[in-house]
Amino acid sequence: MNLRRFTLISVPYFWLLCLFLVPFLIVLKISLSDVALSIPPYTPTLELSEGWAGVRDFLSQLDFENFRFLATDDLYWKSYLSSVQIALISTTICLLIGFPIAYGMANAPQEWQPTLMLLVILPFWTSFLIRVYSLIGILSQEGMLNQFLMWIGIINEPLTILNTNIAVYIGIVYTYLPFMILPIYATLIKLDGSLLEAAEDLGCSRTEAFWRITIPLSKAGIIAGCFLVFIPALGEFVIPSLLGGSDTLMIGKVLYEEFFANRDWPVAGAVAVILLLILIIPIVLYQRNEQKMMEADK
Amino acid sequence: MRRLTWFNATSLTLGFAFLYIPMLVVIIYSFNESRLVTVWGGFSTKWYGELLQNEAFLDAAWVTFKVGFASSIFATILGTMGAYVLVRGGRFYGRTLFSGMMYAPLVMPEVITGLSLLLLFISIGLDRGMFTIILAHATFSMCYVSVVVSSRLVSFDRSVEEAALDLGCTPFEAFRLVTLPIIAPAVISGWLLALTLSLDDLVIASFVAGPSATTLPIKVFSSIRLGVSPEINALSTIMIAIVTIGTITASITTKRAVLRRKHEQQMAEQTT
Repeated sequence: MNLRRFTLISVPYFWLLCLFLVPFLIVLKISLSDVALSIPPYTPTLELSEGWAGVRDFLSQLDFENFRFLATDDLYWKSYLSSVQIALISTTICLLIGFPIAYGMANAPQEWQPTLMLLVILPFWTSFLIRVYSLIGILSQEGMLNQFLMWIGIINEPLTILNTNIAVYIGIVYTYLPFMILPIYATLIKLDGSLLEAAEDLGCSRTEAFWRITIPLSKAGIIAGCFLVFIPALGEFVIPSLLGGSDTLMIGKVLYEEFFANRDWPVAGAVAVILLLILIIPIVLYQRNEQKMMEADK
Repeated sequence: MRRLTWFNATSLTLGFAFLYIPMLVVIIYSFNESRLVTVWGGFSTKWYGELLQNEAFLDAAWVTFKVGFASSIFATILGTMGAYVLVRGGRFYGRTLFSGMMYAPLVMPEVITGLSLLLLFISIGLDRGMFTIILAHATFSMCYVSVVVSSRLVSFDRSVEEAALDLGCTPFEAFRLVTLPIIAPAVISGWLLALTLSLDDLVIASFVAGPSATTLPIKVFSSIRLGVSPEINALSTIMIAIVTIGTITASITTKRAVLRRKHEQQMAEQTT
């Protein structure tokens, strides 16, 4: 192996080892440690100066106590469950809103396509924080949404939407909608229109052709969109802390508070490890779907 | 077979209304005379003036810009190298681990990335500040750069590179003179993506930033926890304007480039 090739491979490799893998191993190690009143606030710390005895001593003090604690304490169980629930419901709503938009875009005249595409991409490049912020004003008690609903006479008194789980659903759907629209649009635009014509010639109604041809052929895009919303929504921190209420339980928020407010680093580490274990299933499924899509393209 | 039915038109209108009305409201109310954020008190640009006099915001914006610039450059170099290694690197020891590490940060929840980097910086005794934010941002955005660049590397015709090598270029010259100009658009969009991700990031920065360095998102987050304010509306409007101008310019430039390439191809076909 020549020197140039070695440098090319080793620079990004070494960078990721130091700043991705090693930090994660530290989290894993701390999740097996005990909380202590010291700096850093956990024990044991590795004493390399004591040689092998130090390493043995260190390993013997690690245990799964924090994980047992998570399993017995209601708060964590409920946070994981409610994160999964919130992410699932938001993904479903996102699909129900996103699919018709992607479908409408794919059916729009050719010359509109670039503009429509731009309109979806623009929010995607706009600051996430600002888009969440823009919802605060709309959803508040005296906000636009309540004023509008009272004006058309659906409600007589303003509803409390901000600081509830409903606001969190709206927030996730609003911010992640482009992630749902784009992959679905990408599969719909490639769909061969003559298949639909053939189906109609052969006596399918339009609705029937939609369910039997359009939906199965855009399945890969639908699956990709759902995972692209579900995976980040599960660990979301900003949306529940700005739009949710004090009773909104999401694991990202719990982790943040455990670390900064309670300064219980070992428990925060354990929370992170379990969150990652939960995420492995959707990530692997998403990967598989991507590979299938790549092979279909070839 | 395209037909824009009533159903399509309605879903497009409602969908884009949903995406854009909240942002439009922020923009409109940034020109509101009144401090009350729900009552219209007449047109005024005074909040922009107040924003420009707010030292804390200006300092934070400057820090954010410096972090974004530095980290996106690191990310672009490392991400392009990574993409090149993944697409052209062939086999080497630990390749699976490398591609795993290149991919994992894309799906890793931000809270975990932030937490793990903070614990690393504490355990090696690195003082938290601008430097640690740059390291953290470069690490997660290099993976996004790599995705963008590798999709371009996969699709381009390798024989041009081989021709350069046959004609006596060294591998580095072939990369600089042939490969780099071809993948340049992807490298630039990767850099823009890295820059945007860095300017936008709140969660990772709030883990790894020390008291000495506050970025704009951290500052904005702590002030909107207290509620809606006209200064933040003004700030949001400025940021939305920058993104809008940037995106539209980028899309016009790429459209022109595509048209020019088509034209050149036609010319080439006519002459042969």
